[in-house]
Amino acid sequence: MNTAPTRSLLADAPRLAVLSLAALVVLAPYLFMLSASVKPGGEIFQASLNLWPRHFYGWENYHKALTAVPLLRFLLNGAIVCAIVLFFQLLFAVPCAYALAKLRWPGRGLVFALVLLGLLIPAHVPALPLYVAFAKLGLLDSFTALTAPFAISVFAIFMFRQAFKALPDELIQAARLDGMGELAIVWRVILPNAWPTATAFATFSVVAHWNDLFWPLIVIQRQSMATPALGVLFFRSQEGGNDIGALMAASVITTLPMVAAFLLAQRRFIQGVATAGLKG
Amino acid sequence: MAGISIEGVRKSFGGAAILHDISLDLAQGEFLSLVGPSGCGKTTLLRIIAGLEQADAGRVSIGGQDVTRLRPADRDVAMVFQNYALYPHLTVAQNMAVPLAMRRLSVLGRLPLLRHLSPGQAAARRGIMDDVRQAADMLAIGHLLDRRPGQLSGGQRQRVALGRAVVRHPAAFLMDEPLSNLDAELRARTRKEIVQLHRRAGVTTVYVTHDQVEAMTMSDRVALMQAGRILQIGKPRTMYDDPASLAVAQFLGSPRINTLPGTVDEGRVVVEGLRLPVHPAAADGTGVTVGLRPETLRLTPAGPLFAAVEHLESLGADSLLHTRCGATPLVARVPAAAADGLRPGEAVRFEADWPAALLFTAEGARLAHARAMAHV
Ligand SMILES: Nc1ncnc2c1ncn2[C@@H]1O[C@H](COP(=O)(O)OP(=O)(O)OP(=O)(O)O)[C@@H](O)[C@H]1O
Ligand SMILES: [Mg+2]
Repeated sequence: MNTAPTRSLLADAPRLAVLSLAALVVLAPYLFMLSASVKPGGEIFQASLNLWPRHFYGWENYHKALTAVPLLRFLLNGAIVCAIVLFFQLLFAVPCAYALAKLRWPGRGLVFALVLLGLLIPAHVPALPLYVAFAKLGLLDSFTALTAPFAISVFAIFMFRQAFKALPDELIQAARLDGMGELAIVWRVILPNAWPTATAFATFSVVAHWNDLFWPLIVIQRQSMATPALGVLFFRSQEGGNDIGALMAASVITTLPMVAAFLLAQRRFIQGVATAGLKG
Repeated sequence: MAGISIEGVRKSFGGAAILHDISLDLAQGEFLSLVGPSGCGKTTLLRIIAGLEQADAGRVSIGGQDVTRLRPADRDVAMVFQNYALYPHLTVAQNMAVPLAMRRLSVLGRLPLLRHLSPGQAAARRGIMDDVRQAADMLAIGHLLDRRPGQLSGGQRQRVALGRAVVRHPAAFLMDEPLSNLDAELRARTRKEIVQLHRRAGVTTVYVTHDQVEAMTMSDRVALMQAGRILQIGKPRTMYDDPASLAVAQFLGSPRINTLPGTVDEGRVVVEGLRLPVHPAAADGTGVTVGLRPETLRLTPAGPLFAAVEHLESLGADSLLHTRCGATPLVARVPAAAADGLRPGEAVRFEADWPAALLFTAEGARLAHARAMAHV
């Protein structure tokens, strides 16, 4: 527990200063992006460093970003991809994590070892074989291609397993005596009691897939299928890459939903990350 | 409602045998306490009855039906867990409604949105809420129905756990030390509530406890377990007055029974050089143990048991007089007035209710008094 707010604020002053400085360093690129997105092209590369433009050019930049390419369409694509990916990740990972954490069956150790092994393999390694497979199936340029490789997340399995392990066995046994089947236990007892972990994982997953450039770049050629990160790339190539102000405006628009979502889920997210590390 | 019968149940965990050939029969409506030291396998036996654990061998029947292979849900038993195991994310009312919802509502009716589409579910829901309210009122937790377990005290949680068990009128109750987390007063009150509940509903109950007061006061019969075996089953009084072995005599009764090791000489027992007026049915020269309950000892100037006072513990009306008879510790429960003014080191003499003395062989088996000499 904290002591009185005034005293702790004083005592924390040095720590706060260090953290604020670090935060500023981390935030600086984002601030420059915001600032550039409201400047005319000529002002951006001036030697002097102003955050606020002499000529406010935000309206033009944002207008261009929204009209030159179907930016809103990219956002929608991003939302669809993130939703599908998250849905399937939870659908598969939660029961699997439950089985690994709470059920006794032969081969459990082996499966868990495979999960850990899976954690060690970077997503880029199977990219080429997957691309070939989707190409052979004629599924390039589709939501299937964008989402299917991520439907099973070993990271999710691992994270949920750690969280479920901390739940008391008696809770599950009580549910069994009350007449619940194993699937009912997973969705109605286990998951609701691992809510912070679920929120934390959802944040990880959504941010990762919203911002992912690598995989969409491989499987998407049609502009209308682009996700936000890829969309910014399309925008740049369309513009020949010289209208930096508009490009920054496009970047702001694509990152905005994530920033908003994180701020909303922040408390739960931090709780979840903190619990995921303990026990096991 | 139904009796429970357990035949030849064995269980081991990873090579370590935990239960050895347990057999037990409960009549319908009986209240049986399962007592025994920590780790003797009480919870394991309860979990086997509930179906949460599979026995390696043996059979469990409930109401005459062999349930050994049935899932927990199909055995129609309710269990109260030692740590309550309430659903933390549900309110008290929802906690108590779960067992009913799982039985009375269709799959569709249990889903949050789709339930409005399935006919007949609304009435079933109302029925469930009525039953929940009734059980809650009986346990005096009606005002807590909208709280979550995290917002309840230990005693309230315990009653909610009890409520979740009684609400569905199971064939049998299994209770695993349900009062162990309560303070003395709440424990005494809840003990009474459970007894009343049992009287009213008459449901067969297996009640696990460490606490022998609970075992002695609540049960029709007590089963004493030790190291995975049942040592003795019987009425509480019988277990206390007529234990089958030294282990049973030592486990029941607080303070513990006094045990005086001695040898038989000319038909009497000699303890620490003192000839006591007890006549075991054993040959001269054999080693025996005399068990004397603390409350059977009286301070008298002419008693045959000589001892030196060590210290005095006042219980209010009575005092516990800790003494030493030679090397053997001896505890007596005497009226406070009788022990007043005794100092450590002082010599005292005890008389005992000798015919009530419990005799055991050196191995701890029960030994009878020799008939002819018993009333000398
Ligand atoms: N799942 C398990 N795996 C391995 N050993 C177990 C398991 N469950 C119980 N045991 C062991 O079985 C023995 C009996 O345990 P049990 O829980 O039945 O004891 P208990 O009589 O209920 O004790 P207490 O009064 O302390 O609750 C203990 O030695 C325990 O370590
Ligand atoms: Mg136990």
